[in-house]
Amino acid sequence: MNLIGLTIKQSSDGLKKKEFSAVELAKAYLDKIKKTDPPGGEPGKNINAFLSFTEDLALRQAEQADQKIASGKFNELTGVPCAIKDAIMVQGEKCTDASKILENYVAPYDATVIKKLKEQGSVILGKTNTDEFTMGSSTEYSAFGVTKNPCDKTRVAGGSSGGSAAAVAADLAVYALGSDTGGSIRQPSSFCGIVGLCPTYGSVSRYGLIAHASSLDQIGPMAKTAEDCKIVFDVIKGKDKLDATTVNSVDAEKFKNFKIKNARMGVPREYFSKGREPEVEKIIKNAIKKAEDAGAKIVEISLPSSEFALACYYIIDPCEISANLARFDGIKYGLSEQGDNLLDVYLKSRGRGLGQEVKRRIMIGTYCLSSGYYDAYYKKALEVRRFIHNDFAKAFNKMDFLFCPVSPFPSFKIGAMGDDPMAMYLADIYTLPMKLVGLPGLSLPAGKTKEENLPVGLQIIGNHFEEDKILAVAQEMENML
Amino acid sequence: MISEEEVKHIAKLARLELTEKEIEKMQKDLSKILDYFDVLKKAPVSVSKKHSDILENKRMFLRADEVEKSGVSDKIVEASPEKKDGYIKVKAIL
Repeated sequence: MNLIGLTIKQSSDGLKKKEFSAVELAKAYLDKIKKTDPPGGEPGKNINAFLSFTEDLALRQAEQADQKIASGKFNELTGVPCAIKDAIMVQGEKCTDASKILENYVAPYDATVIKKLKEQGSVILGKTNTDEFTMGSSTEYSAFGVTKNPCDKTRVAGGSSGGSAAAVAADLAVYALGSDTGGSIRQPSSFCGIVGLCPTYGSVSRYGLIAHASSLDQIGPMAKTAEDCKIVFDVIKGKDKLDATTVNSVDAEKFKNFKIKNARMGVPREYFSKGREPEVEKIIKNAIKKAEDAGAKIVEISLPSSEFALACYYIIDPCEISANLARFDGIKYGLSEQGDNLLDVYLKSRGRGLGQEVKRRIMIGTYCLSSGYYDAYYKKALEVRRFIHNDFAKAFNKMDFLFCPVSPFPSFKIGAMGDDPMAMYLADIYTLPMKLVGLPGLSLPAGKTKEENLPVGLQIIGNHFEEDKILAVAQEMENML
Repeated sequence: MISEEEVKHIAKLARLELTEKEIEKMQKDLSKILDYFDVLKKAPVSVSKKHSDILENKRMFLRADEVEKSGVSDKIVEASPEKKDGYIKVKAIL
């Protein structure tokens, strides 16, 4: 029996029926990773999904999972192998966040989401590639090489959770955890043809996630199906006393029977404007038509704040980065360069340990927060953030969901964005507006482009804390697309 | 265009050592990005003066500030580049 390529549901059923053991399942995945994509392997051959491989941990966890299964006390994630974005800490394992400054850093404790996965008996195979400190849209900003798209190795897997998306798409893990600050779960999910959920701000604890921008960061599941995403989301969500922004979960049963035929879907016209590829529009419009055929009410709406979202995001995000990344000072963690005095240690450790995009964002943030510019940039961005918030709130007064593309284009060629940071920022134009408001969104594979056969994701945006409603509709829709 | 001096000043505030080449590139990139931010001048001015509550939720609350044993302090010290007698070592400031 082929153990590779199953969903969480199928893997769990196989374990339950004793068709295979958790150790056999873990070994099958570990072998596949070793053979096809070993971390640090030949750059030409690899897709480079993993930065490190946690073989000993995986085998230990698989043995424990088998004991749990034998005892009869287990659930759907017990013994199912997963991959974890390298921005999330797994105790005793390396956690680099794809940065040279953390190249040899070992996580001193488990993130809350990892603690929860471990309690379920999950099996962790390895840590996946990302843009350095999750800042980017292609993993090309990783200090340890780009992750290639399993659908076309000349193209990017997307980012920043590109390693997690590629690992799931290439069957190197059954599911993965990613993190989303401006689109980092949904965009790589769209590029690699998998399902990715960015939960509401406050749904999932970020304790143990290396901070990027604290008013935006959120951890979420990436998997083959919406059902699998729900299984993982149900485990990782909820109040955590170690993350003050988290809240108790909404009753999961509330939206269990929600059906497309009862849904009102808003289609914001600004998300079908200049810059998007016609084929993406065609695939998304087709998906919307399918929802309409199933009985959904489709309404064209307008979000006039859309044109300001990118600028608003790229002020707030770097400002928060400039504060959050002050902790990498050559004293507390990782790379420490020798210097004549303390200031010299700071300058050299940060100058040499941080990559170009990270430095760029620290510089923008420092500039926008500096004396004389604060009002013109940061304060202005907060005002615009309020405007965007009101715009979405108005839409959700009348709508259950918003439907739009995840990205204006499918996966692009490695190097296509050249050296132009603005071009890369524009890749997130459809995913970051709702992040400024903390709304949840999901990427659902909606079809593939004709000639190049590249996946395109439909974005389903829901109201705050209505992930289960999104997941119910996504499960219904994935059978139609 | 943002000047070389401005870039150097911001880099110093940000505690970043930049090479000459990086400074030149940063001048170009920052200018382009800051120019793009001008679009916000067109945005309607918000009536609300309170901006911090966008992400607040009624169900969010702060826990009591109680001292608990985390059990990780040794590991955190261990992870630092230089340490002595269970403390993180820092260069003399004065």
